[in-house]
Amino acid sequence: MRWGEIIKRLVLIPPTLAGVGVIVFVLLRIVPGDPIAMMIPPGASAADIDRLRALYGLDRSIPEQFVSWFGHVLSGDFGRSISLRQSVSELILARLPATLELALVATLIAIALGLAVALTGVYFRGRRLEWAVDGGIGVFLAIPDFLWALILLLSFGVLIPLLPTSGRIDPQIDVSFRTNFYLFESLLRGRIDVVGALLSHMLLPAIALALPFAALIARLLKASLSEAEDQDYAQIARARGFARPAILLREVFPNALIPTIALGGVQITLLLGGTVLVERIFSYEGIGNMAIDAVINRDFPLIQGLILTFAVLFIALNLAVDVVVTLLDPRLRHG
Amino acid sequence: MVSRGLSRRTLLQFAGAASLPLSSGLFAGAARADASTLTIAYNVNLPSFDPTVGLSAVNPTIQSIYQSIFDPYIAQAPDLSFKPGLLTKWGWNDDKTKVMLEVCQGAKWHDGTPVTPEDVVWSLTRAADAKGGNPIQFVWSKVGNYKIDGNKITGDVIEFEPTLFKWMAFLTGYVLPKAYFEKVGAEGFEKAPVGSGPYKVDAFERNAFLRLKAHPGYWGPKPAFETVVFKFVTDSTSRVAEVESGGSDVTFEIPYEEFDRLKAKPGLIGQTEPVSDIAMIFITDIDPMLDRNVRLAANHAIDKKAIVDRLLKGYGVPISTLEAPGYAAFDPSTKVAYDPELAKSLLAKSGYSPEKPVKFTIQTTRGFKPKDYEMIQAIVGMWRKVGIEANIEVYEIAQHFELRARHALAPAAFYNWGNAIGDPSTSTGFAMFGPSPHCAWKGKDLVERIGPLWGEKDEAKRIAGWKAVDKYIAEEGEVIPLFQYVQPIIHKKGLKLVPQANGMILPQLITPA
Repeated sequence: MRWGEIIKRLVLIPPTLAGVGVIVFVLLRIVPGDPIAMMIPPGASAADIDRLRALYGLDRSIPEQFVSWFGHVLSGDFGRSISLRQSVSELILARLPATLELALVATLIAIALGLAVALTGVYFRGRRLEWAVDGGIGVFLAIPDFLWALILLLSFGVLIPLLPTSGRIDPQIDVSFRTNFYLFESLLRGRIDVVGALLSHMLLPAIALALPFAALIARLLKASLSEAEDQDYAQIARARGFARPAILLREVFPNALIPTIALGGVQITLLLGGTVLVERIFSYEGIGNMAIDAVINRDFPLIQGLILTFAVLFIALNLAVDVVVTLLDPRLRHG
Repeated sequence: MVSRGLSRRTLLQFAGAASLPLSSGLFAGAARADASTLTIAYNVNLPSFDPTVGLSAVNPTIQSIYQSIFDPYIAQAPDLSFKPGLLTKWGWNDDKTKVMLEVCQGAKWHDGTPVTPEDVVWSLTRAADAKGGNPIQFVWSKVGNYKIDGNKITGDVIEFEPTLFKWMAFLTGYVLPKAYFEKVGAEGFEKAPVGSGPYKVDAFERNAFLRLKAHPGYWGPKPAFETVVFKFVTDSTSRVAEVESGGSDVTFEIPYEEFDRLKAKPGLIGQTEPVSDIAMIFITDIDPMLDRNVRLAANHAIDKKAIVDRLLKGYGVPISTLEAPGYAAFDPSTKVAYDPELAKSLLAKSGYSPEKPVKFTIQTTRGFKPKDYEMIQAIVGMWRKVGIEANIEVYEIAQHFELRARHALAPAAFYNWGNAIGDPSTSTGFAMFGPSPHCAWKGKDLVERIGPLWGEKDEAKRIAGWKAVDKYIAEEGEVIPLFQYVQPIIHKKGLKLVPQANGMILPQLITPA
């Protein structure tokens, strides 16, 4: 991808988000489930119900509601949550850092595991260990993240209770954070005890999210490594007497990395999507957990705000992957 | 070279960092063992702190938290009876044109200021304001023009509401601090709520936990635990893990199979208590339910005891009306027997048989209540044997509310109905009175029978009237009551927990054994 194409992608972001906004807004109002019906008091009359509907602006036509909502969104106001009665923007900004930190730790775990497994598999090419690695990758790919969450919850929360199974931080710990990026802030402030507490809560959900992603990275990287190792430059290096580990790490690995990032990088969006169920299972206070409550309560403004947030994240991640690949691959930079 | 870059010291540093989460986990375990802290794995999140407005104000499941922080006007005993709270006396005058309230003396808000009769009047007036957002405003607006004399309050009855004082113990019936609320506003109150209840808010992480500290100025008995933590663990598997791993001291609303397993474990105790929540099937007054024979057959064909025994492992109490045992209008003499032969003969009168069944749709949730879908599958199987072929349609709870409000439910629709004040107006009344937006049977027969009971001033006559209505509904088969739910509670040994019939888990009533 050339830089010109990246600029074109940047230009397309606002219309893409507007399209997402329209689809979400209309879909929410078409699918069954009415937030007002959920809050009708027992003795309410038809007039009471109409008043309630008007209070939340749901008495107007869908186009009128959309124009009003979108106008506010353009000025950064996502409206007020029906169920939580607070600004949607504030609610999302307060919880988003928890999800971002969790996704980042999960991604780091996945990369570390994926690299280790792929390199092991390639190093032992054609031997029994490679079959074991391939089988393991298949198993880890087949089990979804939420199932890993339950397995880990029961294994390390109940059978061998090493790690906490709920929340983001221990309720007994008294820390006043200035930002909602608890992990980064604790690291910057040198509060190793708090970092430990945060990581202990984050580890199980992060591993649950990381395992399928690690398997994907391992499969892609192993295939790329195998292909690259068969290339002439690798064979020549071997013929010149270089040790195989050195060839794999110094010559083959950098070339195999580019297709892995290009294909695997976009899969981070799947990992982000997985936070919805995994955060729920571990009662982790991110936007994924919040999204489930918002859907149950048919909290239209909050659902709209959350989906737009996820859309922004997905677009940003895809773009970041393209930029990284372009930077790494001179063929793409120079056409 | 890798070997040069990775010194022994570096390796040790990495190892230390890697073990940090584990050591922290062990430390967390030690912290949990703190005897002055009670940790409850709670089944729902807390959306809002104001217990009088919005959606959360009418969510019965959240009331345990509200009642830990705020005082209701009138307190409720574990058996649903009423007892003095912030109000020490309450009642009507002889002709029921006035209410008379007496406010407890010596109560303090969490900020140390005294609770005054002005606070009580302000709370009642705010609740009655049509623009204030109180969902039970239709009750509170029936009294007004309050006058204060010392610690006594009188108010004029605008429209007689027999359940007024019962509502004072439940949904939105909380006293809030006038001066503080006016000073900080609704937004400020959400950020730093102040109540007069046994616990005050110490820390709140949305969707994660709420930490409370004992209120030193509390007017009632001092709570046994200095710190209470409500962990919001909405997934039942995770709640089981919480209590099994020792992360929490108490949990509830878990699958009955897990309850039986956990209570057999050393170190854990299981308690069950029937609560004021029932399972029922709404019948909508559309074809084929307009046929009395079909409705009655649908009722008589269900073996409720078998459902409770086999699907709910015995944790449920079969019921024949919408009044469960313990409710004010419960009448054990009204019974709807399991009689499949009677069901067959009723259907035969309308020309139906197992070979030529009557067909309709039944809607149900799946996973919203324990074994809901499986229960409806079992019921459909029982119906099939007598000549009813029901098609199951699964819906979300939000869809149920929407369809019910539009009077668009299927001929049969599964739901659960809570009634924490145990009054017939809030069970049979709202579920079966045609003009109520929550009613599926809009028949005039019930409107005529229920209508006069709303304003009945003679309590004995009122309760007798509701019993008669319930008997009539049973005879006409206009709803299918199934059973009263039983709440499973698991807690650590060494704790004494008093189960509440309204289903609340109140930390102030949990003590060391």
